[in-house]
Amino acid sequence: MAGSVTMAPASKTPRSREYSASVTGSGFGKWLLIAIALAFIALVLILPLITVFAEAFRKGAGVYFAAIRDPDALSAIKLTLITALIAVPLNTVFGVAAAWAIAKFSFKGKQFLITLIDLPFAVSPVISGLIFVLLFGAQSWLGPYLMEHNIRIVFALPGIVLATIFVTFPFVARELIPLMQAQGTQEEEAAVSLGAGGWIVFWRVTLPNIKWGLLYGIILCNARAMGEFGAVSVVSGHIRGETNTIPLHVEILYNEYQFAASFAVASLLVLLAFATLIAKSVVEWKHRQATVQTEQTGGN
Amino acid sequence: MQIKADNLVKTFGSYTASDHISFEIEAGTLVGLLGPSGGGKTTILRMLAGLETPDSGDIWIGGVRVNGVPPQKRGIGFVFQNYALFRHMTVAENIAFGLKVQKRSKADIAKRVQELVELTGLEGLERRYPNQLSGGQRQRVAFARALAPEPKLLLLDEPFAAIDAKVRKELRSWLKATIRRIGITTIFVTHDQEEAVEVADEIMIVNQGRLEQKGTPLEIYKSPATLFVAGFIGESAQIDDPSQLKGFEDALPGTQAIIRPEFVEIGRKGEIAQAKAAETGVVRSVSFRGNSWQIEARIGSLTVAAYRPLEKEPLNVGEEVLVLIHRLFLFNEKKSGIMENRMKTDYLAIGV
Repeated sequence: MAGSVTMAPASKTPRSREYSASVTGSGFGKWLLIAIALAFIALVLILPLITVFAEAFRKGAGVYFAAIRDPDALSAIKLTLITALIAVPLNTVFGVAAAWAIAKFSFKGKQFLITLIDLPFAVSPVISGLIFVLLFGAQSWLGPYLMEHNIRIVFALPGIVLATIFVTFPFVARELIPLMQAQGTQEEEAAVSLGAGGWIVFWRVTLPNIKWGLLYGIILCNARAMGEFGAVSVVSGHIRGETNTIPLHVEILYNEYQFAASFAVASLLVLLAFATLIAKSVVEWKHRQATVQTEQTGGN
Repeated sequence: MQIKADNLVKTFGSYTASDHISFEIEAGTLVGLLGPSGGGKTTILRMLAGLETPDSGDIWIGGVRVNGVPPQKRGIGFVFQNYALFRHMTVAENIAFGLKVQKRSKADIAKRVQELVELTGLEGLERRYPNQLSGGQRQRVAFARALAPEPKLLLLDEPFAAIDAKVRKELRSWLKATIRRIGITTIFVTHDQEEAVEVADEIMIVNQGRLEQKGTPLEIYKSPATLFVAGFIGESAQIDDPSQLKGFEDALPGTQAIIRPEFVEIGRKGEIAQAKAAETGVVRSVSFRGNSWQIEARIGSLTVAAYRPLEKEPLNVGEEVLVLIHRLFLFNEKKSGIMENRMKTDYLAIGV
């Protein structure tokens, strides 16, 4: 569910502009289009969401909460949280660093780096997971070394974290690159000419300018980190109570025909999606309010 | 602070932004870097500030070679073209930035910010954010921010470009007076000759990465060193073969000339004293300039312009007139100089 949250386009949604009647034509066409859009959304988005909760509560609230309080479910929730807690901060740091390098410096191979950042979006998540199995699995050339030193990467937390980092890497960087490119380097240069060193420039000038975009990227990154199925499924090994994340746990329950329990746990991800959307809207609203407010009071 | 640049070269790929530029600037002077857009003016400024590293050549500030000195340590105030104000900081915070970096005491910072707010006339705007200010106000903030850490040298990149024409004039004289009062060595970049002439003590004309001429505005106007300078400063037109004009037959082949309206007199027969030295032409256009008429007349295939006082009777388009060219700027590869109309002097000699 949360895994289906996709990237927002680079430019923040501008306030919609009303088209004049001459452009939109008759009222009938307008209502027809709105009706089609609503019907489509209802069928593809709303109905499945309602189904999740309907199925989850089919056998009553007791079964619902029992499914969530089940030790395996709790362990899956814990693992998901731990994974996100590691992957999101790391990707935040990587993302800021990569965006900074791309937006503020010119160097050879920059275009290549931008393409690389997009790679996780281009590759199927299953393949992303497989990469790590091939790299660190028992059959890989690193495998014997890892076994000898009793280091477990695949079918353990490190593998899950690595796969999650790989899949969610682009979110923060992709959000920041256009923003930082648009802002240019002039404020940084001004700070430097005023005597500020690199560290001060970053904390006092660059970071405050990108904070809303950064927060937005982190929210999307987190949603995907918690909801990722494909890549994690390959590296996890589906060990109950040990290497199952929430999405994997949902699948297992479903395959065991425990529909109510499966949907109950799935509803957690739906709630996460709602929380993400609300947080995202709040961030966008805050950001817009900050700009609108200054625009309105400004200029005399 | 005395500034010296020696053979500065800077290339961006195949484009030479700075082609062996050398100059010296005395302490306390207000210098205008003038030239067409893309001519390399900003690159010179950025190299002085340390924001760009020259490929070769040296920069001395106050007698110290600063090539390896990072921009933070050069003690230079830089006002950017679009001001580059910190958008998330208030006016007061913007001005205080350089002082906070220097880790001055709070009381010290507050005092200095207050001083600068007063100097720049920003009282009452201290708590505003940059996008709540007008263009002129932003420029003042950028100016105050650059001055706050007491730099030795102030660099301004197109300081008036983003301001509407009405405010620009006012701001220009304010800036000049303020810089005078502080007595700081200042270099500003502009592509507007009127601005350069009005504000600067000295002008450096830069074109295609080369320094064409350096001198006071009057020197540059009266004796342009190159064809480019003569064409760039003042209102002017180029004449490819001046020897075809009456009185300039002696001009060597291959010489080019620059003509300015103030070198030319256009009038009816009888109005022009030295009629023998004048060409005959036809009026092509007459336009009102506010304090005079601007007349364009054709002599053969050549069009020349001149001003005509309002007191005189207006000329009509298509009318035959006399065109007296008093002098021309002549340039060939080796030499440049003013050439007076020979016929005119001959006539005078005969008259005497």
